[in-house]
Amino acid sequence: MEFTLKTFIFYGFALLTIASALAVVTVRNIVHAAFALMVTLFGVAGLYVFLQADFLAATQVIVYVGGILVLILFGVMMTSGRLEMRIHIERGQLLLGGGISLALLMLLLTVIANTPKWENLTDDGTAFAPTTERIGVLILKEHFLLPFEVASVLLLVALIGAALISRKEVRE
Amino acid sequence: MSLQHYLVISAILFSLGIFAVLTRKNAISILMGIELILNSCNLNFVAFSRFVTPPENIDGQIIAIFGIVLAAAEAAVFLAIILAIYREFGSIRPDEVDTLKG
Repeated sequence: MEFTLKTFIFYGFALLTIASALAVVTVRNIVHAAFALMVTLFGVAGLYVFLQADFLAATQVIVYVGGILVLILFGVMMTSGRLEMRIHIERGQLLLGGGISLALLMLLLTVIANTPKWENLTDDGTAFAPTTERIGVLILKEHFLLPFEVASVLLLVALIGAALISRKEVRE
Repeated sequence: MSLQHYLVISAILFSLGIFAVLTRKNAISILMGIELILNSCNLNFVAFSRFVTPPENIDGQIIAIFGIVLAAAEAAVFLAIILAIYREFGSIRPDEVDTLKG
């Protein structure tokens, strides 16, 4: 593989994503972890651009960075006093959890390396085609109309449920 | 950039998310780990849709959009439950919420 500017940027995004994800799970201060998560989400959006998923990259930035991350920061503000900003970690649990996730990573990497069907599937340089129009047709006209409606009902249920659970209880 | 590049990145994100869920002692950090896992899953869907299916087929991207919808709904309900727990127990450490323990 020749080392062009494109591969350079790709490895930059990959490194950014992995390094900030590592920061999310190791940093002790929860606000710092939330901002590291923001960098991770931007990195994944960059990888979507490399996969020619332009609509999905924009959606990722708008929904995750603009919505979910702000929600997480609100959660931190409302539940963590100054004392609870730091995350407690127990050593035994750290070893056990680290071992389990490392074993899981090894298993996944072995499967990825030993599946012949997935080898040599490289970027063949097909011309980029915008996906927004096709996604709109697929969701609102073709195969995905029913899942789309089900997702809207699910969002309504989640909205009502979240408001109901988090409201102050009125005592008689 | 081959399919395997993306699969390796997504595998690393997934195991980091599992690590956060297993070791962190703060419910909001666990939510961050879950978000990492969901992101790795979406990345896998989009990568397979790009490299394995024919180029005009973008079903994997649509599944990833539904994954983002699920993540948003899940985060909203998760934080509502965390707020209710904080009001009841005064803490969001998962191991202190043990009323049902015999």
